[in-house]
Amino acid sequence: MAKHKTPLLDQLESGPWPSFVSDLKQEAEKRAKNKKGLELQIPVDVVEDLLGVLELSYKHGRTHWKHGGIVGVFGYGGGVIGRYNDQPTMFPGVAHFHTVRVAQPGGKFYSTEYLRQLCNLWDFRGSGITNMHGSTGDIILIGTTTPQLEEIFFEMSHNMNQDLGGSGSNLRTPADCIGQARCEFACYDTQALCYDLTMEYQDELHRPAFPYKFKFKFDGCPNCCVASIARADMSFIGTWKDDIRIDAEAVKAYVGGEIKPNGGAHAGRDWGKFDIQKEVIGLCPTGCMKYENNKLTINNRECTRCMHCINAMPRALRIGKETGLSIFVGAKAPILDGAQMGSLLVPFVEVNADDDYRAIKDVVEAVWDWWMEDGKNRERLGELIKRQGFQKLLEATGIKPVPQHVKEPRSNPYIFWKEEEVEGGWERDIDAFRKDHMR
Amino acid sequence: MDQAEAQEKIVEALKQKLKTKSKFYFNDLSAILDMKPREAKKYINKMVEDGVLEYWSSGSTSMYGLPGTGKQAGAENEG
Repeated sequence: MAKHKTPLLDQLESGPWPSFVSDLKQEAEKRAKNKKGLELQIPVDVVEDLLGVLELSYKHGRTHWKHGGIVGVFGYGGGVIGRYNDQPTMFPGVAHFHTVRVAQPGGKFYSTEYLRQLCNLWDFRGSGITNMHGSTGDIILIGTTTPQLEEIFFEMSHNMNQDLGGSGSNLRTPADCIGQARCEFACYDTQALCYDLTMEYQDELHRPAFPYKFKFKFDGCPNCCVASIARADMSFIGTWKDDIRIDAEAVKAYVGGEIKPNGGAHAGRDWGKFDIQKEVIGLCPTGCMKYENNKLTINNRECTRCMHCINAMPRALRIGKETGLSIFVGAKAPILDGAQMGSLLVPFVEVNADDDYRAIKDVVEAVWDWWMEDGKNRERLGELIKRQGFQKLLEATGIKPVPQHVKEPRSNPYIFWKEEEVEGGWERDIDAFRKDHMR
Repeated sequence: MDQAEAQEKIVEALKQKLKTKSKFYFNDLSAILDMKPREAKKYINKMVEDGVLEYWSSGSTSMYGLPGTGKQAGAENEG
């Protein structure tokens, strides 16, 4: 018998999709039975009360959660988010219901042993409710009380080799794709770079001093499986400088139907015979490909690395050999000015572990210096770029403008040269000028 | 500026403003110290470590305050 009646929530279970309400009810039942005989450290009916307060919020049409808090673990300004209920008498199980953010492993490679350890800890010291994963990419453990926080942190950091993630005005938990561990498209070792920058910027991750949140994401190729270009203030996307490698025999095999396109991903129904002209050449965004006389050619100078042809014929086309990454800045979800995609800041940089990724870190630190000083409170990097202009970002980072920075020919005539940008400044020899230009 | 001097400046400035607010952005603190944010961070980190300042987080934004001040302090003081 449920502790609280939840007719409005029950309705959510009637739809065609799996419902979080069913999940919560299942967890509530599991805690009530407590088959493992755990000495539960937070109220046994925490999930029942969570359902109760959610039902009440639906009934009232407003939240019953208070905003934020001072809780955390010693020395960390992020990783724990204080959550308090404004109806603690009615729902004592969720009077304190803090969130813990946990750094996910690189590429989200888990072992079952680790997951079991994590879930056991959270059943014991928390609500048992998890969010795998939050939109930043980290593991989110939802609901525990203040006295449990240090205990959880101790267990994680001492026995699980595990750190908390970022929250607040911090560098958020960096996230990466599976990269070269399993993917032939990966142009650099995403996990190595993600791990290195995470370790290098521990202070930025745990001790908030930014104007607002800041996210790093690492994609091994322009397929952008972690959607870094749309979600990270600074995204690192693998690319290559030289030509796409073509295996002419394999191209013929695709055309002849011996190899299924897209790695057989569309095998669920018959789409008809593979048509290279329609499905690859005709879809190339820059029109830089040709298939004539049974021969595929690519004008690589015009290629924008859209990945479509490589995705369609992975055995015939491969990324180039001279690989590195591009750095994009300023992506964010909407709050001000709507959602923004990242803008290209560094077209190509080598990913060099031997020099400790210095070239990449120089860009990161220059961007932070500018944003920390000029960014308003709660202003994302993308908003600062919009407010002060991309040119200002180039000045702050010492990066010279290149054609790749230009989206379109200028439409605004009110862009002026600075005196130091013009050879000889504003002064000129009028007599020398008059020799060639009559009045 | 040494740590003690920085601490005195911050505590004094924050106490003066207590009537109107109890939580401050990082930028407010670096402005009080009249330092670039990166430089100010070293002093402010130490103040948090020493318990002179404490973090407050909404989840998306972090702020700093003197321990025990503000509306929430009482409600959250649960040991």
